[in-house]
Amino acid sequence: MRTPSILNKLKFGHYLIPKDFNLVGGIRSFIPRPEGWESVIGIEVHAQIDTNSKLFSSSEVKYGAPVNTKVSLFDAAIPGTLPVLNRKCVEAGILTSLALSCQINKVSYFDRKHYFYADLPTGYQITQQRKAIAYDGHCKFIVYTPGFHKKPYYSTAKIRQIQLEQDSGKSIHDLNSNRSLIDLNRAGLPLMEIVFEPDLKDGEEAAALVKELSDILLSLGTCNCKMEEGSLRVDANISVNRHGEGLGTRTEVKNLNSVRALVNAIEFEVRRQIQVIEAGGVIVNETRSYDSQMKETLPMRDKEVKQDYRFMPEPNLPPLRLVDIPDEEADSALVNIAQVRQRLPELPEMKRQRLVQKFNLNIGMAILIMNTPGFLTYFESVMELLPLPSGVRVAKVLHKVAIPALSEQDIDLDSCPIPHHVFAELYKLVESDTLNLVKAHEVFILLLNGDSRNPAQIVTDKVWMKVNDDEAISTICLQILSENSAVRAKYKTTKHEKHVNKLMGAVRKATAGKYDMRKVDICLRKFLQE
Amino acid sequence: MLQNFIPPYTARVVEKLIGAGAIVFGKTNMDEFGMGCGTLESIFGPTKNVWGLEEYRIGGGELSSFSDWRIPGGSSGGSAVAVASGICFAALGSDTGGSTRNPASYCGLIGLKPTYGLLSRHGLIPLVNSMDVPGILTRTVDDCATILNVVKGFDENDSTSFEGNLPPVQISPHFSLKGVRIGIPDEFSCPGMDPEVIQCWKDTSDILEKSGACVSPMSLPHTKYSIACYGVLNPCEVASNMARYDGLRYGHRTPHPKLNSTQGLYAQTRHEGFNHVVRGRILAGNYFLLKENYDKYFMQALKIRRLISMDFEKVWHSGFDLLFTPVTLSAAPTYSDFIQLDNRTQTSVQDYCTQSANMAGIPALSLPIKLNSKGLPLSLQLIGPMFSEPKLLNVAKCIERIVDFPQLKSIPR
Repeated sequence: MRTPSILNKLKFGHYLIPKDFNLVGGIRSFIPRPEGWESVIGIEVHAQIDTNSKLFSSSEVKYGAPVNTKVSLFDAAIPGTLPVLNRKCVEAGILTSLALSCQINKVSYFDRKHYFYADLPTGYQITQQRKAIAYDGHCKFIVYTPGFHKKPYYSTAKIRQIQLEQDSGKSIHDLNSNRSLIDLNRAGLPLMEIVFEPDLKDGEEAAALVKELSDILLSLGTCNCKMEEGSLRVDANISVNRHGEGLGTRTEVKNLNSVRALVNAIEFEVRRQIQVIEAGGVIVNETRSYDSQMKETLPMRDKEVKQDYRFMPEPNLPPLRLVDIPDEEADSALVNIAQVRQRLPELPEMKRQRLVQKFNLNIGMAILIMNTPGFLTYFESVMELLPLPSGVRVAKVLHKVAIPALSEQDIDLDSCPIPHHVFAELYKLVESDTLNLVKAHEVFILLLNGDSRNPAQIVTDKVWMKVNDDEAISTICLQILSENSAVRAKYKTTKHEKHVNKLMGAVRKATAGKYDMRKVDICLRKFLQE
Repeated sequence: MLQNFIPPYTARVVEKLIGAGAIVFGKTNMDEFGMGCGTLESIFGPTKNVWGLEEYRIGGGELSSFSDWRIPGGSSGGSAVAVASGICFAALGSDTGGSTRNPASYCGLIGLKPTYGLLSRHGLIPLVNSMDVPGILTRTVDDCATILNVVKGFDENDSTSFEGNLPPVQISPHFSLKGVRIGIPDEFSCPGMDPEVIQCWKDTSDILEKSGACVSPMSLPHTKYSIACYGVLNPCEVASNMARYDGLRYGHRTPHPKLNSTQGLYAQTRHEGFNHVVRGRILAGNYFLLKENYDKYFMQALKIRRLISMDFEKVWHSGFDLLFTPVTLSAAPTYSDFIQLDNRTQTSVQDYCTQSANMAGIPALSLPIKLNSKGLPLSLQLIGPMFSEPKLLNVAKCIERIVDFPQLKSIPR
């Protein structure tokens, strides 16, 4: 029950964020919490391994296949069928574990986790409970939502373990005809469950972690990370506590199928828990689901009673043994960790660091480059034609000129038709102060629409060269000021910036954007003072 | 539960038999899901042992019935009777606690429990996955070797299948018992064992010694825990293996569910589809697997299983080639005597001599020696280390030649 004082707290309660948060990350969440409260979040990620067949049977893995067409006898739990482990899944598990800095167990086991549900044909899931394939890893990630976070900061989430396990089928409950429809295509699909420690502070951090994890898995090729298709699913464990106290009771929110749902569910649940406690209630350790329409978490009915899964070792699968033989010639029937290690590609964080080091970019720009489709490849190709120190400015021009122009036509940089050397020419014009960004944008659009002239030629033909001449600038400023005396007067009394902007706009219009607007700004302000 | 179930595939061992030219002409009766040792617990009714049946015939001709009968043993009793009565050349059974050797003993047959992993379990409906093997029932050792050589071998569909290439077993006419070291375990003469069985055991051991084998007593100290250990491991696996029978995809589904929920559907289907023995073991198994009970029962049973297995290892390392033991505590009991004890008690008694070989995964063979005072078969058992089927069968062949057990013959009208 809400009391007015609580409402007030939630509405107006805040605490001051220290001004200089360093890259290690602050002690408290960026998202304001009511006075004295903090939130603790740990996530569990189920990632479908991107192999051709399932974990223990040779059924094809194919999203969107017609219902119940990718189900082998084993998947349907026909009596007498036995599991046979898919080697590629093991390799994917090892590759992922290595990328996340985990320790690999050279011997791991499979177990049966029993519960009855219509989409679980055998009545148990084969998973790894006693000893999983990997443990003790971590994922370093950057938290930065532009517009929300002032600047990016690093955080790390520790990984408790990574286990291989089967996915279940899908059930759809048809309430009208009072029946359930079961699709077993997904039953037996290979999953990696990545269990993180509760190292996150808020929903934005959770989102950032999931983003980084997705980028890593995509670069490894072990998962296609399409949350909307269900190939990446996240459960969140959430608790709150007052500063200085131990961890509170946690609740688990399941079935989050988008990053936004993850953030919103976590934030709602944190607020809900704080409300409950402040009203004198207690948090129950329960499982909840998220309603994305109402944007709230709800208790899940069937999970009220605590389940005893009656774990038992899976007797039909011998222990999974791995070797680690660095010798290149080694031909092992057992999966060789060393050979898998050789397949590790450049991971996202390594790429970001490389961009920062090589081109002297700041981390925010590096993040932007990597998060924008096609940017990295296009940028690196252009930079092969230009001196390294220009990296920062090239990135800026791509960001401010190319991306907006391309997005108007709904294409990404990876489908940009303008060849790299042509863009390099355009850049040189900007660099040499021949062209300002406004006009560069217009040149780019012409090139995009098929203009075959080189940029320098376009600029000459259209007379779009930048006007730097102080005298010309003075003249146009005086002209605009005399045409807009009312605005000038308003500024004199109010000193409001919007009047300056209006005058600037007028200059831009009158000069077709060719003038050096920085100089125009200085000039205008000088005249306004007089 | 599986009364009207027609499997959509063929088991690997059956495939191999068909591939070698065998004609499969029937499926035989058994205790439901392999739980039992008398072939009584079947919805098709009990199977009667062909041995000693005439004694109980009442009435004449086609209208005759039987006031009582000898049980054929179980759970693979149907297969045993089929072979013993001459209907077929050989039959497959399964052996998890003795289910092939027990009926072989009562029906005067060769019953082989092969090494775990030697025969593929793809298509064998599991009882205890870590102990199950397909079993072979024949009238002679030669027949047994013939079948074994066809059905053994690696199967990629079975992850517990042995990958090595073992040569076919050859029964050699030149094989000699001279120097074969045979052990007689003290613990295998248990209370309640029929004196005729014990005498048969002694006499045959003497024959072996006279034929040149080195026969000596030894000990398998953990034998007495085998039944209790099995009494935990079996129900646990059963509870797990039976979880898939919910009537949704195949098998019996209750036509009139009382409750309007999936859980209700499951519960009623399973209640109707399983007999009391199966249900009892499921409940026991679920109890043992509860988190709070796991260490007390399941983990303990695993440790005892390891000890039993190590008993055998020590024996092979100390120089014994094979062990020679009784297989059942008596000749085939009558049905009326047998049902004095409930299923659970009965199996814990009858499995005494056969159970420990399944614990250790080692091969064991039941072979008929002679008829008892009532004219019923008395059999004894050979146990060997893993993959010792060649030696087992060759020694069995020697014994077979010496004892000349009177097989049933059909009498022409």
